[in-house]
Amino acid sequence: MAQMTMVQAITDALRCELKDNENVLVFGEDVGVNGGVFRATEGLQKEFGVDRVFDTPLAESGIGGLAIGLALQGFRPVPEIQFFGFVYEVMDSISGQLARMSYRSGGALNAPVTIRSPFGGGVHTPEMHSDSLEGLMASQPGLKVVIPSTPYDAKGLLISSIRDNDPVIFLEHLKLYRSFREEVPEESYTIPLGKADVKREGTDLSIFAYGAMVQESLKAAEALEKDGYSVEVVDLRTVQPLDIETIIASVEKTNRAIVVQEAQKQAGIAANVVTEITERAILSLEAPVLRVTAPDTIYSYPQAEAAWLPNYKDVMATAKKVLTF
Amino acid sequence: MTSNNNLFDPVKNLQEIEEKFEMVQILNENGEIVNDALDPKLSDEELVELMSRMVFTRILDQRSISLNRQGRLGFYAPTAGQEASQIASHFALEKEDYILPGYRDVPQIVLHGLPLWKAFLWSRGHFVGGQIPEDVNVLPPQIIIGAQYIQTAGVALGMQKRGKKSVAVTYTGDGGSSQGDFYEGINFAGAFKSPAIFIVQNNQFAISTPRALQTSATTIAQKGVAAGIPSIQVDGMDPLAVYVATRDARERAVAGEGPSFIETVCYRYGPHTMAGDDPTRYRSSETDSEWEKKDPVVRFRKYLEAKGIWSEEKETEVIEKAKEEIKAAIKQADGVQKQKVTDLISIMHKDELPYNLKEQYEIYKEKESK
Repeated sequence: MAQMTMVQAITDALRCELKDNENVLVFGEDVGVNGGVFRATEGLQKEFGVDRVFDTPLAESGIGGLAIGLALQGFRPVPEIQFFGFVYEVMDSISGQLARMSYRSGGALNAPVTIRSPFGGGVHTPEMHSDSLEGLMASQPGLKVVIPSTPYDAKGLLISSIRDNDPVIFLEHLKLYRSFREEVPEESYTIPLGKADVKREGTDLSIFAYGAMVQESLKAAEALEKDGYSVEVVDLRTVQPLDIETIIASVEKTNRAIVVQEAQKQAGIAANVVTEITERAILSLEAPVLRVTAPDTIYSYPQAEAAWLPNYKDVMATAKKVLTF
Repeated sequence: MTSNNNLFDPVKNLQEIEEKFEMVQILNENGEIVNDALDPKLSDEELVELMSRMVFTRILDQRSISLNRQGRLGFYAPTAGQEASQIASHFALEKEDYILPGYRDVPQIVLHGLPLWKAFLWSRGHFVGGQIPEDVNVLPPQIIIGAQYIQTAGVALGMQKRGKKSVAVTYTGDGGSSQGDFYEGINFAGAFKSPAIFIVQNNQFAISTPRALQTSATTIAQKGVAAGIPSIQVDGMDPLAVYVATRDARERAVAGEGPSFIETVCYRYGPHTMAGDDPTRYRSSETDSEWEKKDPVVRFRKYLEAKGIWSEEKETEVIEKAKEEIKAAIKQADGVQKQKVTDLISIMHKDELPYNLKEQYEIYKEKESK
């Protein structure tokens, strides 16, 4: 075991997989000798060579095409998109091509590609760096979308993503890269995709969250405990497919729920969670399922982030509304 | 205003570049060798085989159009006129080469090993049409214009990493050369020096939009300069010129010298697709008849007849065989089971189905059992 930040856990997962499987290739803009703009691939090119870990020209669409072509030659590509706001340049390769590889070949071909990409607000990035666009990916049949919130989850989920034989979008929250350390095993381990994790048990209210909103929800849960409420916090970890079993079991226990996301209300995946709950557990509900989200504007100018991004106070306020409905 | 600084003449720079991309031809319209130095000197057997494949493809086009009109085929993009460009380029390839076709490039993948009945199923819109046999190195035809180019850069890089002596080959049209993925594809392959052959079949029109409206560049071939890769424009109605350009590009690629770019100047006699396109709206009959004089099948026939290795009887024999093969393939396609929603769910993932699809599988299985 070692104390790792999330970005160290990610590097460690990549190292484990590069070592375990010679078909794993890591590539993208500045991921080689530079070790990535956030040091996520630090030291990997030195350890595994330029044949396994390499830089590409500056073109996201080309990177997507490269991944698809390499997958067709039996490789297991792990490309990086420098910031997920740049995904628009590579939407066809992801949604139009990768996601459909198995289907359009009648199951004859597959695309074991894991796209890593940072996103998320709170660190005053310039335009199009912090946008939460997981909702776009989650609505594309054929993709799995994974968003870890802790170093331990990040390593286990990334190893699972790389080993998955279908395309996975692995989104890394910028604010969580180095915000805290956690015990992480040095050897390989996996966490199943599509499995949520109860980060805190409670009996009065379920909070479903992912990404940076997990920490905000835990903070809110702690504060609510002082007011006498027992709050359960469920980290979705995979936002497509959802872990219906864990979500519904939690709602059936607490009878009240909110869903917390950093994305705008019209984006993200919170509406999917609400719908699943109302379709499957409406008779358990003592109050409507409310959402905590950002407002439906373009992502905030950096100086307005503090006012724009949802935080633990918003979680508390919405939780109280549901608790006192 | 023109610059009076005679050391700086961008207009001359452009002219000099464009002059370098003059169209290469080996066999003229009358079936005569006009460039003996470039003649690939194929054996009689090879020449007859190439001609047979071109005739097969012309018949396949005629039959496909007619089957489409009868409602026995679905999506179809006519190929007549492009036989030299499509078939002679494929003739320079080996079995281990990988083809990433566009939507008009069905003949190449059929000749590379995709069973014809599967090609017909692809046209109709049946998933079995996309089930490429394991030993056949092709993708199903690509509908997103340009996507096949960036993917080719990836397949070629994969071959390079595996140490294979093979190439990745892809095709797009003149309109496709305006796409971003077109440029990114040739540029990536160039930067990685990977074994790829990029072919633009310039058939003069992208649906109704003429070639001149795509770009002010005089040739499409010169776009290869932007990627720093060897590029050439050939007479796309001349099977020998197309063959030589592809063969040479392949040799350079497997020798580790990187990708090449080929523009074939050709023409499609038919409409863009059979989905209601009417070329008389945008093409004059004069243009059509001008290009009909350049017909690749006609000029190659003349060439082979003059050599005494092709005859009317031989051609009839090829045509009859093609018709029989097509008939058998349509019959085989007819016999394939109808698609069910549970089939579509089953082919979504290589690994286990996610919960939502598992649930929906059960729902549709129940529906289908009634």
